[in-house]
Amino acid sequence: MNDHEQFAEDLALYALNALSGEDRANLEKHLATCSVCTLELGQLRGDGALLALSTLGPKPPLRSRQRLLDAVAKEAAASPISRAQNAREMGHPPAAAPRRSWWGALGWAATAAVIVFAASLWKENGALKQSLASANVQAAESTRELEDLRRIAAPIIAPEAQRITLVAVKTPPQPQGKAFYLRNRSNLVFVANNMPSLPPQKAYELWLIPAQGAPIPAGVFRPDAHGSATVVNPPLPAGAEAKAFAITVENESGATTPTMPIVMMGTGE
Amino acid sequence: MKSGDQSALAELYDRYSSVVYAVALRVLGDTGAAEDVLQEVFLQLWRNPGAFDAARGSLGAWLAVITRNRAIDSLRKRRPETDIEDVIVSVAPDLAGQADRSRAAEKVRGVLGTMPPAQRTALEMAYFEGLSHSEIADKTGEPLGTIKTRIRAGLMLLRKAFQT
Repeated sequence: MNDHEQFAEDLALYALNALSGEDRANLEKHLATCSVCTLELGQLRGDGALLALSTLGPKPPLRSRQRLLDAVAKEAAASPISRAQNAREMGHPPAAAPRRSWWGALGWAATAAVIVFAASLWKENGALKQSLASANVQAAESTRELEDLRRIAAPIIAPEAQRITLVAVKTPPQPQGKAFYLRNRSNLVFVANNMPSLPPQKAYELWLIPAQGAPIPAGVFRPDAHGSATVVNPPLPAGAEAKAFAITVENESGATTPTMPIVMMGTGE
Repeated sequence: MKSGDQSALAELYDRYSSVVYAVALRVLGDTGAAEDVLQEVFLQLWRNPGAFDAARGSLGAWLAVITRNRAIDSLRKRRPETDIEDVIVSVAPDLAGQADRSRAAEKVRGVLGTMPPAQRTALEMAYFEGLSHSEIADKTGEPLGTIKTRIRAGLMLLRKAFQT
């Protein structure tokens, strides 16, 4: 499909001023360089003008004609400068002034346009500066928050963090796992201590046991030399409700269904 | 019409005011507002006669387009979106003579009558209510692509009717 075909339908809408948003912007960009589409736009406006024919109705009031001629006579009697000012106030470009004042009116119009443009730039600049300052404040707050979160998370998930399991005195350390699960964000952090080492090509697999349905894989891990391991944000289905978490021993690539027996299990506190 | 020629403006008014007023009234549904748009359109022509390029179409069609645009702007209470110099209208019948206009009107109404109702509605919503394609889609519950296709196809039907 060439460019013209691609824009054909948008062009029809544009001819009726019915095209908006990004489509309009893209088409206007195209029209700036495409004479074929510009010509077609004229044709389409003509087609649209035909719709005007379906609206034959009452003639305008008789007073309208005189009202127009009075307004025109008044303007014709006014000075070139005030005519240009009137046109600008009405949002219209200034009309062609009498020849001797044409350059003068153009000069006034150009000067006024520059002043208005400069004022609008100054105002826009001020607004932009405010937005930038506000954005900088927000960015600084976000950075501080991120740093705080990093400080909290680091001892839990960093491999080099020291892990100490406190148990009752004279009790040998037992394998222990702690799962922190945020259901609404599907965020899970699991920390394990004192896990027995495994034979090569074997791994532990964590499972989310839902209230209903089959166990959901929640990460595969091998403990380090100290028996510690961490699982951080494994892929989980959104909003899964966890009745319990469990651990089994699987092949090191993991499994889709748990291989019995379950070696560790815990329910919510 | 050269700038400053009030009698020429009066003649143009006599020839085209009924088209301009009818379009404005159809869009605005208010005789006072339609009269204001009528004044505005002819005053614009008076102030800037060079805006109309006779080589590119008929004055009547051009006036109809300008009027419809200004009326929609007034209806939606927004500033004019296009300068009249930016409006190029190619071809289209002149709409100057009453007899020609009546014949053309009958032809247009005939074409509109044969259009599927949904297509005619989309076209009229765009033309007389000034709704954007997304607004029409929201109102009718139809997909955006369908609205685009209907409007283009409707305009093509009108074009074809006046080419034969």
